[in-house]
Amino acid sequence: MSDWSKAVSGFKSEGKEGPTMSGSRGLQEEEPLLFEQDAPGRTGVDLPEPPAVKSRLGGMARQGAIGLPGLSEPQVVRHYMRVSQKNYAIDTGIYPLGSCTMKHNPRLNEKVARLPGFADIHPLQPVSTVQGALELMDEIARWIKMLTGMPAVALSPGAGAHGELCGMMCIWAALDHRGEHRKRVLVPESAHGTNPATAAACGYAVDPIKADAAGRVDLADLKAKLGPDVAAFMLTNPSTCGLFERDVREIADMVHAAGAYFYCDGANFNAIMGRVNCAELGIDVMHLNLHKTFSTPHGGGGPGSGPVVLAESLAPYAPVPWVVHDAGGFRLVERKDGEAKMALGRIKGNHGQMGMFVRALSYMMSHGADGLRQVAEDAVLNANYLLASLKDELTPAFPGTCMHEVLFDDRFLEGTGVTTLDFAKAMTDEGYHPMTMYFPLIVHGALLMEPTETESKDSLDRFISVVKGLARRAKAGETDFFHAAPRLTPRRRLDETLAARKPVLRWRPKPGERQAAE
Amino acid sequence: MRYLPLTDADRKAMLSAIGVPSIDALFKDVPKAARIEGLLDLPRLQGELEVERALGAMAAKNVAAGSVPSFLGAGVYRHHVPAAVDHLIQRGEFLTSYTPYQPEVSQGTLQTLFEFQTQVALIMGMEVANASLYDGATACAEAVMMANRVTHRKKAILSGNLHPHYRDTTATYGRFVGYETVLADPDPAGKENLVSRIDGETSCVVVQNPGFFGELRDHTALGEACHKAGALLIVIVTEPVSLGAVKPPGAMGADIVAGEGQALGMGLVFGGPHLGLFATRDRFVRQVPGRLCGETVDADGRRGYVLTLSAREQHIRREKATSNICTNSNLCALAFSIHLALLGEAGFTRLAAVNHGKAVQLAERLAAVPGVSVVNDGFFNEFTLRLPKPAAPVVEALAQRRILGGVPVSRLHPGRAELASLLLVAASETNTEADMSAFASALTEVLR
Repeated sequence: MSDWSKAVSGFKSEGKEGPTMSGSRGLQEEEPLLFEQDAPGRTGVDLPEPPAVKSRLGGMARQGAIGLPGLSEPQVVRHYMRVSQKNYAIDTGIYPLGSCTMKHNPRLNEKVARLPGFADIHPLQPVSTVQGALELMDEIARWIKMLTGMPAVALSPGAGAHGELCGMMCIWAALDHRGEHRKRVLVPESAHGTNPATAAACGYAVDPIKADAAGRVDLADLKAKLGPDVAAFMLTNPSTCGLFERDVREIADMVHAAGAYFYCDGANFNAIMGRVNCAELGIDVMHLNLHKTFSTPHGGGGPGSGPVVLAESLAPYAPVPWVVHDAGGFRLVERKDGEAKMALGRIKGNHGQMGMFVRALSYMMSHGADGLRQVAEDAVLNANYLLASLKDELTPAFPGTCMHEVLFDDRFLEGTGVTTLDFAKAMTDEGYHPMTMYFPLIVHGALLMEPTETESKDSLDRFISVVKGLARRAKAGETDFFHAAPRLTPRRRLDETLAARKPVLRWRPKPGERQAAE
Repeated sequence: MRYLPLTDADRKAMLSAIGVPSIDALFKDVPKAARIEGLLDLPRLQGELEVERALGAMAAKNVAAGSVPSFLGAGVYRHHVPAAVDHLIQRGEFLTSYTPYQPEVSQGTLQTLFEFQTQVALIMGMEVANASLYDGATACAEAVMMANRVTHRKKAILSGNLHPHYRDTTATYGRFVGYETVLADPDPAGKENLVSRIDGETSCVVVQNPGFFGELRDHTALGEACHKAGALLIVIVTEPVSLGAVKPPGAMGADIVAGEGQALGMGLVFGGPHLGLFATRDRFVRQVPGRLCGETVDADGRRGYVLTLSAREQHIRREKATSNICTNSNLCALAFSIHLALLGEAGFTRLAAVNHGKAVQLAERLAAVPGVSVVNDGFFNEFTLRLPKPAAPVVEALAQRRILGGVPVSRLHPGRAELASLLLVAASETNTEADMSAFASALTEVLR
């Protein structure tokens, strides 16, 4: 058992520094770790007596205690309720993280994903007993192919970055099939960090492509760097600057003329869904993030799902498993063999993120062709409304309108002593999750805002007035106010340097307390 | 549309505030040839009722494992998940938050990750664990790549008793990332000797415990041989419930433990999303892939948590990152952690004992079926049967009798005649006496 008051707050037990004795503040309850609430022998699950059998563990029985804490169900429920309340969430307010697409997560999706016919089926059941599951995979593949205009889709990648890896592996395999081993991949400086990391993981040298003054790909730089040793150009479109690459077709032609493949990062597909045919943009491969565009919940950082659409030239290399529909019904091709002999192999266990497929298909079916097009339009409209409303107080990074997200730089804070980070922390005191900060890297002190289509105009208006008000306070010289922010959040600024210099990555019992067998 | 709050009046007012005549003006940069005019050939907007009805019809075409006696394992295990788990992970604050990059307003996710990391380290008998990866198979590949970084070598030896999906995934990564994978032959009896295959080029040896065929082995001697040769021992765990009863990898000298956490908190879900577990020794922590949560203090000196050591990660290091991974399997990690919190030491060890007991009972019953024998000496909750005929059609025939009677080894190791008659069978606390009787008598009938 542990010393609660110290554990929860770090305050001295006399409470001299804190406003309350408990460390809690009104409804903001402090909560110790599970491990600090242990009573040996206590449990929250009642199980029957183990059957009286002769052990077949051989000599492999575990020796000594593990060190897991014992709590009852009411304690566990209260624990997680209390800690949950320290999280900001899209359910509690606008979450304007640019390029992360924090939109409303419909509860119908959660309900249908829990139908026993989807949630309680084993991936290795005989395929005759899972025809409905394979039908669902085939159906979401049909929607994805129709929405993108692309002829094939690989469903198995576990998240966006995994989809990127899958896409780059397809390119590698296709080049290998041609007997070519190209060395470089070109990536714009504005790209998400996973793009260069993925290219490097596949053994490619990464060559950055500059942005022009308007925030778009510098065509001259691209032309200069393209060559016979370039495997692919990776482009996010719409870009992380919130701009549609209007020269995309020309870019695709240049890339293809060099014998390279055109990879599109589809993280921002939500902005163009139902309005743009991706095949017509000259794209060879693109991953989608079901947890962005198609509303599957982010869950505090996953699980995601990253299907990859492929042009005819890359489709034969798609990883197994494949779902095939023929006269006998649906079947799974699980091996790199026969009809899948060109497949790049397996990149994940089982058949992909089924639970996410159900949720995303529920979202697609709910909206329909008309609703999905409206989603893209409202997302773009909301972002432009933010831009139009904030452009006089903040400093837009580039002139003109934007797509689904709007990028500001920190010129409006020049000379105030307030940084983008300080500004963001002040927003959290106002009850708002900040926008994406310091990304993309090509803009100084970037503030990237993506409201999504699920914010009402009222919600945007309230947000706009707070951001404007904060900008005025910064310009009025209230530097200390920003440096001290946040004051009202469950924790104030956390010492990240300390965390990295002396990593404490798990709880350990204090000397003299019950020791785990290690 | 019920998810779209803007009214037509709002849209009109906003277009006017923006200063454009129509929504089309905001899509002016899209090349004409790529513009979609009108609507795609897909169904139109539908209400909740219609969507639920359509998806419900698809779900009804599947045989839910819980609706019949079910004995499937092979890396995915069916356990009872306490009701509180699913309730708590559906709290909007957990379900609908992003990666905790703003720690001041993400302490909920961060504290639960810190607890998760601790639980994983404890059950594995390791010093430190990460915040999770996509699944067990990709965690295995990441473990090999980490061993390559640590040893500056590029050859991994994979046990014949490593799950075939893990072997395939790790081999695929090797082909593209650029390392060699040596695949030992499947060995249902669990007698393979990998020590003789270790050489000066070997970065790691990857074994699984319990093995794919269910067998239990102490890999301590293998670990010592690895260390003598400057290689690392990687132990894979696909059934974490086993750790309530079986000697953990940390006690065998494992340098990295990777595995699948699905068995706790998640259910089957047709194989995903599941949960990649990853644990190692303190001295390797800066080579770990994926997110790590660490303890620190805030400006008032209060304890708090942050994502840390991010100098390893893609959003900081870009092409120099230890992995391209961005997402973890956070909500699955939360479900795992809540399930384990409810169990506690007493519940977890008892759950393991119940599982082992059920498996021993089932093995005894099935071994009494004429022509059937149990291949393994020792096992936890899964074992391999040798049948008098090929296992795949037997499993089909059992399914027709509404029994999900295990996984034929040939499904995962096709084209190997010596494995064709092997059947993997798992038992858990969810299997009743009646289930086991039904299975034994159906198997007797099918084999007759």
